[in-house]
Amino acid sequence: MTHAFRLFWFSWLFNVKNLTTSGFFMLNATISPIFFATIAHYMFESGSRPGSLLFAALGAGMMGIWSSVLFGSGGLIQWQRWQGTLEYVIGVPPGLMQIVLPMTIATASIGIYSIASTLLWGWVIFDLPLDFVHPMWFVVALVVSIVSLGLLGLVLSSTFVLLRNANSLANLLEYPVWLVTGLLISLSLLPGWTRPISYVLAPTWGIKALRGAALGGDPAPAIAACLALGLVYLVIGHFTLGYFEVRARRTATLALR
Amino acid sequence: MTTGLRIFFIGGLTAYRGLINWLSPWIFIPTLLVAPVFQILLFVFIGRSAGVQSDEFYVIGNAVQYASIPCLFAMTQAIAGERWQQTLAYVLVTPAGRLPLFIGRAMPVIANAMVVAVFSLLVSGLLLGIDIPVSSWPGIAVVIFIATFSCTGLGLVCAAVGLRVREMAVTNNILFGLLLIFTGANVPIEQLPGWMQAISERVPLTHGIQAAREVADGATLGDVSGLLASEAAVGLTYTVLGYALLRVMEHESRKRASIQIA
Repeated sequence: MTHAFRLFWFSWLFNVKNLTTSGFFMLNATISPIFFATIAHYMFESGSRPGSLLFAALGAGMMGIWSSVLFGSGGLIQWQRWQGTLEYVIGVPPGLMQIVLPMTIATASIGIYSIASTLLWGWVIFDLPLDFVHPMWFVVALVVSIVSLGLLGLVLSSTFVLLRNANSLANLLEYPVWLVTGLLISLSLLPGWTRPISYVLAPTWGIKALRGAALGGDPAPAIAACLALGLVYLVIGHFTLGYFEVRARRTATLALR
Repeated sequence: MTTGLRIFFIGGLTAYRGLINWLSPWIFIPTLLVAPVFQILLFVFIGRSAGVQSDEFYVIGNAVQYASIPCLFAMTQAIAGERWQQTLAYVLVTPAGRLPLFIGRAMPVIANAMVVAVFSLLVSGLLLGIDIPVSSWPGIAVVIFIATFSCTGLGLVCAAVGLRVREMAVTNNILFGLLLIFTGANVPIEQLPGWMQAISERVPLTHGIQAAREVADGATLGDVSGLLASEAAVGLTYTVLGYALLRVMEHESRKRASIQIA
């Protein structure tokens, strides 16, 4: 148990440090969400139905978490392959899942920078009062959202690796998920057929939980939905990662594209 | 004269194809054709959520603004990419005139950016039921050409900086985000604070987006000639600045023997 925890902790810490040194990830995590929060703020401010600044800041922060997961987890195994470390990751005694899972949760954890930067942006530039209605629930919602998105990252990492042009797929999926999960809009504006897609994506419930905790409302159901989805992602990720490992070993294509 | 034209057109196209050889349909379609449509949809729905502006405002603004992706990234790659491919020294040792050598590489970039802008405008317009009269399309094409030329000028500046700076992808991403705010693609310029408006007037695409919106509403090119002249002037300024920077970087790299050093 101690060994498993230590492995999780150091793999997580290593990947957080690794991603923090990357200019690309830090930009995605900190500066890009501020651009979107700024635009959303001016749009809501000038509209006939003004939205809360906190609404925009939290939505843009969650956009940053999704981008980190999408690019960080989606390319995780491929990067190990390019760096020549995939053989070591698979060759060590612990299972592949025990190595990859903390790394994908680390990519979601980088998203804390996003939430922090958009809240700080609101507070410093626009005097956004950071008095959350349920501060403790906010912390719980943030942790659960990050874990849930990290588990979604596990699914992405083990499926994207099977595709030749995974990077362009990641580019493709950034905006649609921002849109369909209602990070800056009300889901009721979207066509009905998008609803099932929204409901199976963790960011939908993550942002609902964060807004419930910050702006008022009951965040518990959204947190529960996030946890339940996380478990589903874990099961799917377990199978897809196992499939990738067996396939790569059987066809001797571990280090090949 | 003939040599200069050959370097400008054939050299520019060859360099573009050589340096951006990774732009296969598998990358081009999702990144440059599908992604802008979703960017447009996102802002259209934020606009609807906020109850501000018409769908057409966001469709035109974002379609023209997304052209900045090829303008910035492809232009940077079309020159600074020589350094990564270890071919910069061979390019700089040639007696070829620098003006056609560097500026010629901008032509395919402009063509690429125009395709991106027109495609996203057309597809998202069809998806959202935006009614742009057929008679307005030639005028919009002219506006998009001037806007993409203008933004490619900024790309040329980035290309020059890319001969020194390592992380140009990050810089270009930041510029893309700034253009999203400052060009008025999503927030009308007059609603921005004064200091932001002052910047908006001096960045590429601002006047182009404004002109495209007016032409789509029935204005003629003559009606928006002032906006087009401003856009062209902004583009020319960045192009001259970019070219001058390229010459400075070339001179400096020769002096310091640092050509191709990342």
